[in-house]
Amino acid sequence: MSVETIGGVDVELNEEGFLLDPSQWNEAMAVELAKREGIEAMNDQQWKVVRFMRAEYEAKGAGPSVRVLGKTSGVTIKELYLLFPKGPAKLAAKIAGIPKPRGCI
Amino acid sequence: MGNTIEKVSIIISKGSLEGVYPGLIMANGARAEGIEANLFFTFFGLDAINAKRLSHIKVAAIGNPGMHMASLIGVLPGMSAIATKMMEKKMEENDIPGIPEFMEMIADTGCGIYACKASVDLFGFTKEDLIGQVKDIITVGEFYEMAAGGEIIFT
Repeated sequence: MSVETIGGVDVELNEEGFLLDPSQWNEAMAVELAKREGIEAMNDQQWKVVRFMRAEYEAKGAGPSVRVLGKTSGVTIKELYLLFPKGPAKLAAKIAGIPKPRGCI
Repeated sequence: MGNTIEKVSIIISKGSLEGVYPGLIMANGARAEGIEANLFFTFFGLDAINAKRLSHIKVAAIGNPGMHMASLIGVLPGMSAIATKMMEKKMEENDIPGIPEFMEMIADTGCGIYACKASVDLFGFTKEDLIGQVKDIITVGEFYEMAAGGEIIFT
């Protein structure tokens, strides 16, 4: 666990770099979190996925797995992996400031 | 970051439902973690990438202690089909895709799907017998080249 200033806010991150308190998140923070993952500037599709993850988390209390994301976000699994090569659900969740989805599929 | 897995090459050698799924779940899960993954189908595992057979992969009803029933019952006609139906229903309830959808999804994640040349030759198959997601038919030597520097998992 570590405390860092991201997007002008002091936040706590777990060992994998996920926000401990999702309520602290804002879109300026997302830009900085994305940069840490090697995404210099998020494109519209990446924003679409991140915002979708955020909305799902707020509605259901957990972010979707890649399969569900592919079926419900309007972005196909193939595109998701092009947008987030290091794991779409995991990366989009991290950038969206929500916990890592725990599904196996 | 010395403690992370960067690449896995998973061999699927069995053609039963319980023989195929673990490898598929591990390959898909690897990609979800951003780990490079390859699937290598050999021997009866080839059924999972055989265009005519992948929709008909069944649970083994005999010689399978996990079924918790006497093998004598398992030999009755249709037992394997019944066990498979029950398993597929459970999987659907748990949001696990059927094998055809799963193979498509795994290919879309960027996982490489390969067939074993020795097995393809042995069974008299050609590339046309296999699903379109199969990248290539490769030798065991080529498999090791591809797997170099990563973990190999045999199932």
